[in-house]
Amino acid sequence: MPAKISIRDIGKVFEQRGEPFEAIRDITLDIGREEFVCIVGPSGCGKSTLLRILGDLEEASSGDVAIAHDDRKRPLTAMIFQQESVFPWLTVEQNAAYGLKVTNNWNGAESRERVEYFLERTGLLQFRKFRPHQLSGGMKQRLSVARAFITNPEVLLMDEPFASLDEQNKMLLQQELEKLWEEFRSTVVFITHSLDEAVLLGDRVVVMTSVPGRLKEAIDVPFERPRDLIELRRTPEFGEITHRLWEALREEVQRARTMEVGKIAGRSGVDPSVAVGS
Amino acid sequence: MAETTIGRPALAAAARTRAGRTRAWAFGRVLLTLAPPVALLLIWEIGAQTGWINVQFFPAPSTIGVKFWEMIQTVQFWDDIGISLQRMAIGFLMGGVPGLLLGLAMGLFRPVRVIFQPLVAALYPLPKIALLPLIMLIFGLGEMSKYFTVAIGVFFLMTINTMAGVLNVPSIYLDVANNLHASRWKIYTTVALPGALPGIFTGLRICVGVALILLVAAEFVGADSGIGYRIWWSWSVFWVEQMYVGFAVIALLGFLSAYAVDWLERKFLPWQRR
Repeated sequence: MPAKISIRDIGKVFEQRGEPFEAIRDITLDIGREEFVCIVGPSGCGKSTLLRILGDLEEASSGDVAIAHDDRKRPLTAMIFQQESVFPWLTVEQNAAYGLKVTNNWNGAESRERVEYFLERTGLLQFRKFRPHQLSGGMKQRLSVARAFITNPEVLLMDEPFASLDEQNKMLLQQELEKLWEEFRSTVVFITHSLDEAVLLGDRVVVMTSVPGRLKEAIDVPFERPRDLIELRRTPEFGEITHRLWEALREEVQRARTMEVGKIAGRSGVDPSVAVGS
Repeated sequence: MAETTIGRPALAAAARTRAGRTRAWAFGRVLLTLAPPVALLLIWEIGAQTGWINVQFFPAPSTIGVKFWEMIQTVQFWDDIGISLQRMAIGFLMGGVPGLLLGLAMGLFRPVRVIFQPLVAALYPLPKIALLPLIMLIFGLGEMSKYFTVAIGVFFLMTINTMAGVLNVPSIYLDVANNLHASRWKIYTTVALPGALPGIFTGLRICVGVALILLVAAEFVGADSGIGYRIWWSWSVFWVEQMYVGFAVIALLGFLSAYAVDWLERKFLPWQRR
C-alpha cells in the first residue's frame, strides 16, 4: 500500500523584503496511514511552512506532495493552530460545528450528537453557549482540538497546538489528545519544539535541520499504545530517546543560534565571530 | 486551619472595601460626567440673570427651557423633527447600503480595489458641504437634494471603513476556512463578513455624526421644513430662544443616534468588549 502522505523533494522559497528566503529544502518523507509523526526542529527552521504546505495553505516551490484521499466523504485535512483560531463571533457550540457546516457535512441530529460528544470529551459541554472571550486559553485550545476532530479528517495537522499554554494545562491536554486519538485514529503530523511532547505522542519523531529546513534524522518511538503519559515520563526509555533526539538536534540549534547572531550582528556592524564568542 | 480563620474575615473586609471603592468610583464617575455641563449652565444662567452676559445672543438657559416646553406642544416642532429624521434615514440608507457593498467588494476582490481605490481616495476628503450648490443645481429644492447630501457623505465613510474592516480580518481565521476547503462564498459569509463587522460599526459611528452635520447644512440653504431650516429661519427673524432650542434638539439627536449604534453593536457584536 502506498504511503498516506508522500512528500518528494519539496522546497519552499519565500520573497522576503525583495530577497529570496529559502525556508525548506529537499524534504522527502513518507507517512503511513494512522501514523502519528512528530516533527521537531530549531525555531524558524520551516516546520510550520511544511505543515502549511500539507494543509494546502501554501504551495511548495519545488517537488511534490501527495496525500491519498481514501474517503471522499471525510475532509482530507484539518489543522490545529498555535495561535487562537476559534472564531470570536461564534459560540463554543457553533465553533465546534463550524468544520462540518462549512464542508457541507452537516446532517442534523447525528452531527449535533457528534458535536455534543466532543464538547463533552473536551470538558466544554457546559460552556456550549459561551463565546471564546469568556473562555481561558486552555479552553479555547481544547475547542480548536474539538473543532478539528469533529470534522473527522483523514489527516490531522497540528502546529505547536499547546505551545502557548502553561505546563500543567499542556500535560492535561497532551493526555486528552492521546486518548482522543486512540479512539478516532487518523494520520497525524504534529509540529512541536518540545522534545518531551514529541516522544510522548509520536510513533516517529522527525528532526529537521536549521534553516533552510531539511530532514536530519527520524527516530522511531517504540512505546505501546494506549500510553499513560505521566507514567511514560518516568521510564528510562523515555529519557533515552529524548536524549538521542537532543543529540541530533543540538548541533542544529547551535547553528540556528549562530545564524541569528550573525544576522543581528550584521545589521549592527559587529563582527559575528566575535559576537558568538566561538 | 488557623490561617483560614484569620484569612477569611480579612478577605471579606478586603472585598468589602474593594466593592465600596467600585461603588464610590461609579458614583464619582456620574458626578464627574454631570459636573461640567451643569456648571456651565449655572454660570450661564447667573451671567444672564445679572446682565453680565448679553441675553440677546445668549438667552438664559431657563428662558430657553421655557421656550422648549412651549415648542414641544406645537405640531410644527414634531413635524420638523419627523421630516429631518426621515431625510437622515433615507439619505443614510441611500449612501450606506451602496457604501457597504462597495466596501465589501473592494475588501474582498483585489481588482475592484485597484479600480476604485484612487477614485475613493480622491473624492473622500472633498468637503461634501462644498458640493451643496451643485447638488441643488441638479436636484433642485426638493427632498432629493437633502437625501443626496447625506448619502454622499455616508457613502464614502462606509466604503472606506467597510473595506478596512474586511482587510483587517486576522489571516488565521481565513487559514481555518481555507484549510477546510470552504467555498469562496462560505468564506465570505462565515469569515470575512463577521470579521469585518467591527470595522463596519466604526464606520456607522462616524457616519451618524456626519449625516447630522450634512443634513442641517442642507436644510439651512434649501428647505422649508426640518430642524436646520427652523434654526436658520429663527435667525432671520431674530428668534434667538427658538434657535437655541434647535441646537438642543440636534445635540439630543446626535446623542441618541450614537447611543442607537452602541446598542446595535452590543446586540450584533457581543464578543467585542469596549
